[in-house]
Amino acid sequence: MNPDILRFSPGAYLAPAVDWLNANFHPFFAALTKLIETVLGGIEAALLYPPAYAVMIAAVLLAGLLINFHAATVTAVALAFCFLAGLWTASMQTLALVTVAVMISVLVAFPLGILASRYEKFEAAIRPVLDIMQTVPPWVYLIPAVMLFSLGRVPAIIATIVYGIPPMLRLTTLAFNQVPKDLLELGQATGAPPRSILLKIEIPSATPTLLVGLNQCILLSLAMVVLAGLVGAGGLGAEVTRGLTRMEMGLGLRAGLAIVAIAILLDRLSKGALQGRRIGRSTKAA
Amino acid sequence: MNTVKEANDVLLDCQNVWKIFGAKSSAAVKAVSDRGLSKKQVLQDFDCVVGVSDASLQVRRGEIFCIMGLSGSGKSTLVRLLNRLIEPSLGKIVVKGREIAKLNAAELRDMRARNIGMVFQSVALLPYRTVLENAAFGLEVRGVPKDERNETARAALAKVGLSDWISRYPSELSGGMQQRVGLARALAADPEIILMDEPFSALDPLIRRQLQDEFRQLTKSLGKSAVFITHDLEEAIRIGDRIAIMKDGMIVQVGTAEEIVTKPADDYVAEFVAGISRIHLVKAHSVMRPVADFKTSQPHCDVDALLKASPEADIGELIDITMRSDRDAVAVVENGSIVGVVTTRGLLRGVAGMPAGAPSAA
Repeated sequence: MNPDILRFSPGAYLAPAVDWLNANFHPFFAALTKLIETVLGGIEAALLYPPAYAVMIAAVLLAGLLINFHAATVTAVALAFCFLAGLWTASMQTLALVTVAVMISVLVAFPLGILASRYEKFEAAIRPVLDIMQTVPPWVYLIPAVMLFSLGRVPAIIATIVYGIPPMLRLTTLAFNQVPKDLLELGQATGAPPRSILLKIEIPSATPTLLVGLNQCILLSLAMVVLAGLVGAGGLGAEVTRGLTRMEMGLGLRAGLAIVAIAILLDRLSKGALQGRRIGRSTKAA
Repeated sequence: MNTVKEANDVLLDCQNVWKIFGAKSSAAVKAVSDRGLSKKQVLQDFDCVVGVSDASLQVRRGEIFCIMGLSGSGKSTLVRLLNRLIEPSLGKIVVKGREIAKLNAAELRDMRARNIGMVFQSVALLPYRTVLENAAFGLEVRGVPKDERNETARAALAKVGLSDWISRYPSELSGGMQQRVGLARALAADPEIILMDEPFSALDPLIRRQLQDEFRQLTKSLGKSAVFITHDLEEAIRIGDRIAIMKDGMIVQVGTAEEIVTKPADDYVAEFVAGISRIHLVKAHSVMRPVADFKTSQPHCDVDALLKASPEADIGELIDITMRSDRDAVAVVENGSIVGVVTTRGLLRGVAGMPAGAPSAA
């Protein structure tokens, strides 16, 4: 018996499906590309149109006012490094990519996460899908993304969203499952309608865990956006790819460190958004 | 007319209510209603747990009704049946003349918001809201405008003595104060009935006694009815006008504290009340002997010369009176005539908790 008969190639089934989608839904994917490009272009323009020092000052002031002095310092150092390394444009492009990808990931993952916490069967059904999304090497789903959306930033964003959804979704489910049962009972016993229970009890109680999910989503998206430099997404990923293909240690290292700077910036700011509010609260209360 | 008046009087009527948990609960319910299976049989035949079994109780307007039972006796399930946080498997629960099982979702929310308040053992304060915002929560979800609900909540917090704490967060308050906020939150909605699910169990004994007294006073002065769940018989006696004792999902006995202490329905209740001090519970009318009986045993004693007490005097008062007198007996007077005599022996019997009809050689 020839063992080759037993060989399994999911790609053989998947590829025609992608081809079919491409052939029949091309206008849809083209429109989606256009929409994402527009949003992305807008954010990029907002970050790149003003002079670099103006963006830096605005960011530092915002971090200082909304969070605290520490966050403002981190912002200043991270942005200054990106500027001095000569990677300002690339850094802002990456920032814009991550922002858009995270926004879309959250928009998809948050409601699905709530559904998964309400309906166990739904959770059981999506769990393997999430496992696949998280463990398949990200390069692999760059391929169909490029086939459907052609080269550029949009397939990069799509692949990033696929990568960013699972942590946000899982932690949303966890956050909602962790809402104390007595608080839910309180909501019911006081005759609160389901919308009030969601907005006034569940979401506020779930916020700390939700913010952990957001933080994870941001950092994983950043990692993916860099990888997406391979498909022409631009930004810091492109610089890393260039450094790699030309064997330029200096460029690769500078781009790599700029990515670290952006990662630290996003991490501290997203965490600070939570902790800053808590500090504000207790001082107000005291 | 009489029935209408009675219906008005009973705010909450719980008739033969069952709650059966388990995968095959519907089959078990059918078996119970058709064949009258017992709790044990239900567990054996259907692998279902009976949480509440054939419970009937009535809470009247202005009454504090205590449900006392140990953990697992079904008391927390029963109280959640009363506002339909748990759906009953069988039986009828009527609140203010309306059967709550028949209300739709909106009507049920409205009834919970306006008629039935609830206070939890865990307090269940929202940690991200101030004391005032917590107390106003019930009104907020009902759509009461902010100024109005804050004013009502402030008044409710004043009633529980927390006026100075309204802008604090729950984590800054002690356990006793947190529970006061819970009570204020229930009072702010101005319900007729307040369900108290072991509200003071987690507090230390001194604070607990203080809150018990305050709660009773407040409830009485506001004319509210309350269903008070507790695992502590002393608490039930301090607070309750009437007490229901629960065991294994069944209500074993319902009565006033005195009835339960002096006439326990079975050995289980008797064991519970064994350690309870009777001095302020047992009244003259349940330890007195008939006058004729007294005269035959002590022919030389002049009944009219004895010091007098009312039938409602408790043993503590009777002891005081006996100590002031040079005789060993006190006459019980009702409407100007002597209806019985309490002897020293009778007092001792009352304190020791011996049945009133026990033979005495005096």
